[in-house]
Amino acid sequence: MKKAIVFKNVKKNFGKLEALKGIDLTIEEGEFFGLLGPNGAGKSTLINILAGLAKPSSGSSKVMGYDVIQDYQYARRSLGIVPQELVFDPFFNVREMLQFQAGYFGKGRENDDWIDEVIEGLDLKDKANTNMRMLSGGMKRRALIAQALVHKPPVIVLDEPTAGVDVELRKRLWQFIKKLNQKGHTIVLTTHYLEEAETLCSRIAMMDQGKVVALDKTKNLLKRFSAKNLNLRLDLKGKKIPVSIKNLMQNLDHHSISFLIEEIVEVEFIIGELKKSKIKILDMDLTNSDLEIVFLKLTGSKK
Amino acid sequence: MINFKTEFIGTWTLLKKELLRFWRVIFQTVAAPVITAVLYLLIFSHVLANHVKVYDNVEYAAFLIPGLIMMSLLQNAFANSSSSLIQSKVMGNIVFILLTPITYLQFFLAFLIASIVRGIFVGACIYLFALLYADLPMLHPWIIFGFAMIGGALLGTFGIIAGIWAHRFDQMAAFQNFVIMPLSFLSGVFYSIHSLPPFWQKVSQLNPFFYMIDGFRYGFFGQSDVAPLLSLSIVTFFFIVLASITLGMLKSGYKLRN
Repeated sequence: MKKAIVFKNVKKNFGKLEALKGIDLTIEEGEFFGLLGPNGAGKSTLINILAGLAKPSSGSSKVMGYDVIQDYQYARRSLGIVPQELVFDPFFNVREMLQFQAGYFGKGRENDDWIDEVIEGLDLKDKANTNMRMLSGGMKRRALIAQALVHKPPVIVLDEPTAGVDVELRKRLWQFIKKLNQKGHTIVLTTHYLEEAETLCSRIAMMDQGKVVALDKTKNLLKRFSAKNLNLRLDLKGKKIPVSIKNLMQNLDHHSISFLIEEIVEVEFIIGELKKSKIKILDMDLTNSDLEIVFLKLTGSKK
Repeated sequence: MINFKTEFIGTWTLLKKELLRFWRVIFQTVAAPVITAVLYLLIFSHVLANHVKVYDNVEYAAFLIPGLIMMSLLQNAFANSSSSLIQSKVMGNIVFILLTPITYLQFFLAFLIASIVRGIFVGACIYLFALLYADLPMLHPWIIFGFAMIGGALLGTFGIIAGIWAHRFDQMAAFQNFVIMPLSFLSGVFYSIHSLPPFWQKVSQLNPFFYMIDGFRYGFFGQSDVAPLLSLSIVTFFFIVLASITLGMLKSGYKLRN
C-alpha cells in the first residue's frame, strides 16, 4: 500500500525553543489517523510543515510520495487542509470562494459538479450564495471543510475541526468525513477531544513536547493501558484519607475522589483502607480507561 | 498533472479574484480617487492658472492633468496590492493561496497585473473627466501607454513588498503617508522642476516618481524636463530591482510561510 504521509526526523526550532524534536511518522493510505496531544505539543507546527506554511529546520516530509519542498506543487495537490482558525475572505460568497479555491489548483468549470456535491454533502446549499461574512461559526467551519475538498485531495488533514462546534453539527461532520474515508481518502485528525479520536481513529499518535510519545492502533493503546477509574463519593467529615492509598489517588475535589486502578484487587484494598479509617462511601462507580488516562500516563502529568 | 493549462488557470483565477476584490468596493477603490483628482484639478488650475507658466504653448490646467492622472495611477496601483495583502494577512485568509500549488511567480504576476489594471482604470476615468475641462493633445499614445504600464507595475510591485512586510494596518498607513505621498507630491505633478532652486532640482532627480510623471507628460505634449527614453530606462531599472526583491521575498516565503 502507498504511504499517504511520511515524516522523517522532522525538527523545528523557533529560536532556542525546540518545537519539534525529530518526528518520525508514517501514515498509510486510507487510514483514519489521530494526532493527539496537549496544546503546545507541536501538532500544528507539524501540520504547517506538511502544508508548506512553515519550513522545517531539518528532516523531510512527503505527501503521497511527493516531497513537500521539492515537489511542493504535487504535494499540495494531494493535500486538503482544514485550518484551525475560522478564516474567511469577506469579499466573496461560499460558492465563489470554492470556485476560486479550485481554480488555484488548476481546476476549471469541469470541477463545478464536484463543488455542488461538496456543498450538498456539507449542508451548505442554502448558504451557497451567502457572503462568507454573514455565516455563523458552524457554517464557516463547514465552508472551510468544503474549501479543503474542492480539488479532491487523497489526503485530508483536519486541524481541531470541532473546536467550538455544537454537538449536532459535530455528528454530521463526522458522518461526512467517515464517508470520505470509506471512499478511500486518508484522514488525519488533530484534536484534544480524546473521545472523538477514540471513536473515529483506527490509529493514533500521541505527541508531547515536540515528540511522538506513543503510536499504535487505538484499541492496542487502550489495551496497553487497561486501567480503570474508580470514582468514589465519600463522607469525609473531617477525617483524613489514609496515606496508604494516597499514591493511587488521581483527583480530589471536596466530595468525590478518583483512583487509577490497574488491577481489580486494588479496589478491595482501597475500600478496605477506607473502612479501617471509618470513612463512609456514599457512592461509587468504575469506568473503563479512555485515551485521557492513557494520555495522562504517557505524559506523566497529573490532572 | 500540472502543466501550462493548470498553471494558467491558477494565475487567471488569482488575478480574477484580485480584480473582483476591488471591483466589489468600486466606490472606495475607483470613485474616491477620481473625485479627489478632479477636485485637485479644479482648485489648483483655478488658483495657479496665472501664476505658473511651464511650457509656452501649454495651459496650466492641461499641464496639470497628465501629472494628476499619473499620480493617481501610481497611488492606486500601490494601494491595490498592498491593501489586498495586508487584509488577507490580518484576516488570515492568505492561507487559501499559500496552501495551493500557486508558484511564487504566479502569485507575483496576478497581484502585479491586478494593480496595473486598477491604476490604469482610475487614470482613464480621470482622463475622461478632464476632457470636459481642458483641451488635451495626445501626441504619443504609445509613450503614454508605456509609462502607464511601467509605472503601474513599479508601484504594484512596491505594494507587494509593503503588503508582505507590514503586519498591521497602521504600518501600512505609515508606508502610504511617509513614503508614497511625499514621493508623489514632490515629483513635479504641480510644477516643472526647472522652476525649483538648483538644490531641489537635484533632490527631485533622485525621485523615481519624477521620471514617471515627466515621461508620461511627454506623451501628451511632446515636451519634458528629461528625455523620455532616459526616464523610461530609469523607471525600468527601478522596476527590475524591486521585482527581483519581491520575487526573492516570495520565493523564500519571507513573512508568509512562517
